[in-house]
Amino acid sequence: MQKRFFTDIRKYFHYSIVSARSQLKSEVANSYLNWLWWILDPLCFMLIYTFIFGYVFQAREPYFPVFIFIGLSMWDFFNRMVTGSIKIVKNNKAIVSKVYLPKYILVLVRMWVNGFKMLISFGIVVLMMLIWQVPLTWNLLYFFPVVVLLMLFSFGCSLHLLHYGVFVEDLSNVVNIVLRMVFYLTGIFYNVATRIPSPYGDWLIRYNPMAFLLESMRNALLYGKTPHRKLMIVWFVVSMVLTVLGIRKIYRNENSYVKVI
Amino acid sequence: MKETAIEVRNLCIRYKGLKSYSIKKSLLHLKRNRVDEFEAVKHVSFQVPEGNILGIIGKNGSGKSTLLNAIAGIFAPDCGEIDLKGHSVSLLSIGVGFQKELSGRENILLSGMLLGFTEQEVQEKADEIIAFAEIGEFIDAPVRTYSSGMYSKLAFSITAILETDIMLVDEILSVGDSKFKKKSYNKMKELISNEKRTVIIVSHSMETLKDLCDEILWLHEGEVRMHGETESVLKAYEEFMN
Repeated sequence: MQKRFFTDIRKYFHYSIVSARSQLKSEVANSYLNWLWWILDPLCFMLIYTFIFGYVFQAREPYFPVFIFIGLSMWDFFNRMVTGSIKIVKNNKAIVSKVYLPKYILVLVRMWVNGFKMLISFGIVVLMMLIWQVPLTWNLLYFFPVVVLLMLFSFGCSLHLLHYGVFVEDLSNVVNIVLRMVFYLTGIFYNVATRIPSPYGDWLIRYNPMAFLLESMRNALLYGKTPHRKLMIVWFVVSMVLTVLGIRKIYRNENSYVKVI
Repeated sequence: MKETAIEVRNLCIRYKGLKSYSIKKSLLHLKRNRVDEFEAVKHVSFQVPEGNILGIIGKNGSGKSTLLNAIAGIFAPDCGEIDLKGHSVSLLSIGVGFQKELSGRENILLSGMLLGFTEQEVQEKADEIIAFAEIGEFIDAPVRTYSSGMYSKLAFSITAILETDIMLVDEILSVGDSKFKKKSYNKMKELISNEKRTVIIVSHSMETLKDLCDEILWLHEGEVRMHGETESVLKAYEEFMN
C-alpha cells in the first residue's frame, strides 16, 4: 500500500494543485464581490461575536477581536473540510464515474482550496495584530507547526467521513449535530481554560484537539506563550494514524463507491 | 502473432448489498434489510490483441457498460482479473466528466491531467482540442452554460486528441450536428486505424460495428454468448433479436 500511495501521490499531486487553482478562480469569477467574500465572511462573524460576547456578556480577553478572528479562521477551515467531505464523492460523480483517481485526492483538492482561504484570513490576523499592537515574540514561529497539525488532523477526519458518507445517506445530519457540539466546546468566542471551571476546562483543552489547536495558536500569536509541545506531538501521532487508516480504508473500498452513487 | 493488450480472466461484477444505508431507516426498522444481489457480469474471459478493434454487442442491461467501466478501472472486479499490460486507457462516453462551474479551457486541462498527461502536454494540445470541438469563444465560459451538443463535442475532442493506448468507446459515435457527426466519425476511424491502438466499442449500431470492428463479443445477460469474426457474430445476433 505504501508504494502505491507514493506513486499515486506523485502522479496526482500536480493535478490536485491545478484543480484547486481552477476552483478558486471560478469562485472568484462567479460572484460579484468575488474574493472579498473570503475576507468579509469571517470579518462579519467576528463583529457579531465581538458585540455579543464582548459587550453583552462582558468577555475580558485581551485583544478580544483578534482572539475571535483566529478562532473563526481555524474553525472555518476544519468545519468546511469535514462537512465538505461527506458528500464529496457524490458531488464529484461526473469525474469519479468516468476516470479512475484515488478518492482521497478529492479531499486533497478541498484542502488546498480551504487552506488558501484560511491563509487569507491569517493575512488579516497579521493586520489586526499590528493595529492592536500585539507584542511580537519568537513564539510566532509556532504558527507553522500548528497550521500543519490542523491540516493533517482535518485531512485524517475527512478521509473517514468520505468513506462513510458514501454508504450512509443521513450521515451529514449526525455530523452537523456533532460539529455544533464541538463548536461550542472549542471556545471560538470564549476562553475554554478560564471560562469552564477546572478541571473540566483543562480536560477539554487536552482531549478536544480543536480546542487545543486554537489555544496553542492564540498563545503563540497573541500572548507570547509557547504551546504545549508534548501534547502537539501526541496529536500529531494521532492525526498520522487517522490519515494512514483512512487512506487504507479508501484504497480497499474505493472502487465500489461508484456502484453505490 | 500480435501481443495481447487487454486480458480479461473470469471476470464477475456484482451489485450486492451496496445500497446506501440510512441511520434513520435502520433505527425505525430494526430487522435486517433484505440484500438484493445482482450479477451484472458473470465469469467473462476474453483477450484483445494489440491494435485490434473489438465490438461489444448485446441487448440493454446485458452488462456491456459495466464491463467497460471495469476495464477503465472505475469498478472493482468481484472476482477474476483484468490485465492491461501497463497500457494507458481512456473511457469515451456520453457526457464525460466535467466540473460544471469551471470553464471549458480549465476542464480540458483537468481531464487531460486525469488521463495521465502532464500540464505542459495538455497545454500544447489545448488549441488543437478547442479547434476540433468548434465551440469558439464559449471555451472560457463555465461548462454549465454549454448546450448538450457543445458539451459532448468538447468531451469527444479531448479524448480524441489526447491519445491513449487503449480507447474504450461507449455509444459516442453520434455526437453533435450532422456535420460534426461526420467529422467525429472520420476522426474516430483515423484514431482506431492506428496499428498500435487497441479499441473496444460498445454500440447498438450494426453498421458502425460492421464498418469498424475486427471482432465482436456478444454479451447476453452478463455471459459471453459468442465471440468471433464480425460477420458471423452479427448475423447470429440479428437472427436472435428477430
